[in-house]
Amino acid sequence: MTELLIAVGVMCAINTGLAILLVIADALIADYGECTVTVNDRKKLTVTGGRPLLNVLKDQQIFIPSACGGRGSCGLCKVTVLEGAGPLLPTETPWLTPEEQKANVRLSCQVKVKRDLRIQIPEELFSVRQYRTQVVGLADLTYDIKEVRLKLIEPPALTFTAGQYIQIEVPPYELTAEPIYRAYSVSSAPSETGEIELEIRYVPNGICTTYVHKHLKVGDTVTINGPYGSFGLHPTEREIICIAGGSGMAPIKSLLLEMERTGNPRTCRYFFGAKAKRDLFMVDRMRELEKSLPNFRFIPALSAPEPGDAWEGETGLITEVVARHVQSAAEAEAYLCGSPLMIDACIPVLRAKGLPEANIFYDKFS
Amino acid sequence: MQELGFFTILFSAVFTNNILLTNYLGMCSFLAVSREVKASLGLGTAVFFVTAATTALNWVVYYRILVPLDLVYLRFIVFIVVIAAFVQLVEMIIERVSETLYQALGIFLPLITVNCAILGACLFMVIRDYTFGQACAYGLGAGLGWALAIMAMAGIRQRLSLRSRIPRGLEGPGIALIIAGTMALAFMGFNGMVSLN
Repeated sequence: MTELLIAVGVMCAINTGLAILLVIADALIADYGECTVTVNDRKKLTVTGGRPLLNVLKDQQIFIPSACGGRGSCGLCKVTVLEGAGPLLPTETPWLTPEEQKANVRLSCQVKVKRDLRIQIPEELFSVRQYRTQVVGLADLTYDIKEVRLKLIEPPALTFTAGQYIQIEVPPYELTAEPIYRAYSVSSAPSETGEIELEIRYVPNGICTTYVHKHLKVGDTVTINGPYGSFGLHPTEREIICIAGGSGMAPIKSLLLEMERTGNPRTCRYFFGAKAKRDLFMVDRMRELEKSLPNFRFIPALSAPEPGDAWEGETGLITEVVARHVQSAAEAEAYLCGSPLMIDACIPVLRAKGLPEANIFYDKFS
Repeated sequence: MQELGFFTILFSAVFTNNILLTNYLGMCSFLAVSREVKASLGLGTAVFFVTAATTALNWVVYYRILVPLDLVYLRFIVFIVVIAAFVQLVEMIIERVSETLYQALGIFLPLITVNCAILGACLFMVIRDYTFGQACAYGLGAGLGWALAIMAMAGIRQRLSLRSRIPRGLEGPGIALIIAGTMALAFMGFNGMVSLN
């Protein structure tokens, strides 16, 4: 017994000694001192070196979109590093196109701050903040889409434009050992700054969707950051064609609510694709919008109505429905939101109707 | 056993009893990181530093801690832990000093931890009952010998890749193993000059 204790004790002592040695060495060797990060040639940040750029910027309240939380597995946290990044790392190359590599685009979670850096980020990221929110509403829109209402606690208001998205932080739970981040479009109106609404579709084994659908309860605290994205209504006089499917409803709904508030008189047609009646939602709200916006029409379409659906509206794939309704779209603007498949199928249909590619705006889920 | 001098041990560990070419320890990184002289010089230096330092350190741990406490059976795990800590240290230094080298070594840097040559050197030092001075000399020699062997190998492979037409089936590890065998034959010529056992 004593022998056993001595063995354990000696092992612990040796390990502790070595650990202390490493901590001291880390403080001495890996000390890069203070570095200056110059952002967009005007903001100078003094930071402690030795850590990934993504985390350094986060501490300085600059949030770069990232879904994996800095493990180099999502490829979203791209930042242009003009000086001081060192050579491209093998962990970055799969995520960067040859053009991006030439333009000094780097993954900010892989680049460590070791000396003074000069970086460039999109201006809109300066307004991105982290927010503490509380779940105040959870409702089933369909059998697999949940509407989540979040009340902003700290800071108490989120200013965004219709069509933008935020990121939810999923805390570690049974499906993830580290916090991860997932992006969702805001579906509520931008005029409502104290609370936001998200529409989240359940994906089997999806880390964030499982968390939202199976674990989240009213009263829970959720950390979000945002707003991100440039999807939104362009201030022109053109006719508007909106096409969405599933939870692609969210940003379009936000655009429409903003149009309702400002009494926007533009002609607008909204094509919404669903499989069967059980995938349809928000129809009543959209019918109300048709009343308050005189030039707005909502056209839901079912691609595979079930026998009991008693459906009298449009049927067929959303591309077929759009092709039937739209005659000439040369003077129109299109706003698409949904799966990459749906968007890629819709673009050629719109192009064939004469809609210039420059006037097609979309928000692809991936 | 007879008293072997510091230089005799150092010399024999580098040449006559080269740990890589006579004991075939540390073959994996020897084969994988010997395409370019620059990277193998880096890895060789790292292995040299770790072997030299850990052999001395492990001598102290073994004779001052494990033997008095009758814990000799823990030597494998203790040696590995000491080596692991030292590899961490070397990794930090290389990352700080040369980013290019840090990337060239890639995964092989942390893998030095399980480089059998290093553990082998520590165990030989115990088996052969070296004194502290002898252990230091042996550690230096073994590390230097390993570095020398991988650099010689890298030199040969670098030349081969430029000038010779290797049969397709032998490209890469195939020809590397043949070269290693030939080199080992050459080192066998030293056999019997000095005996370490």
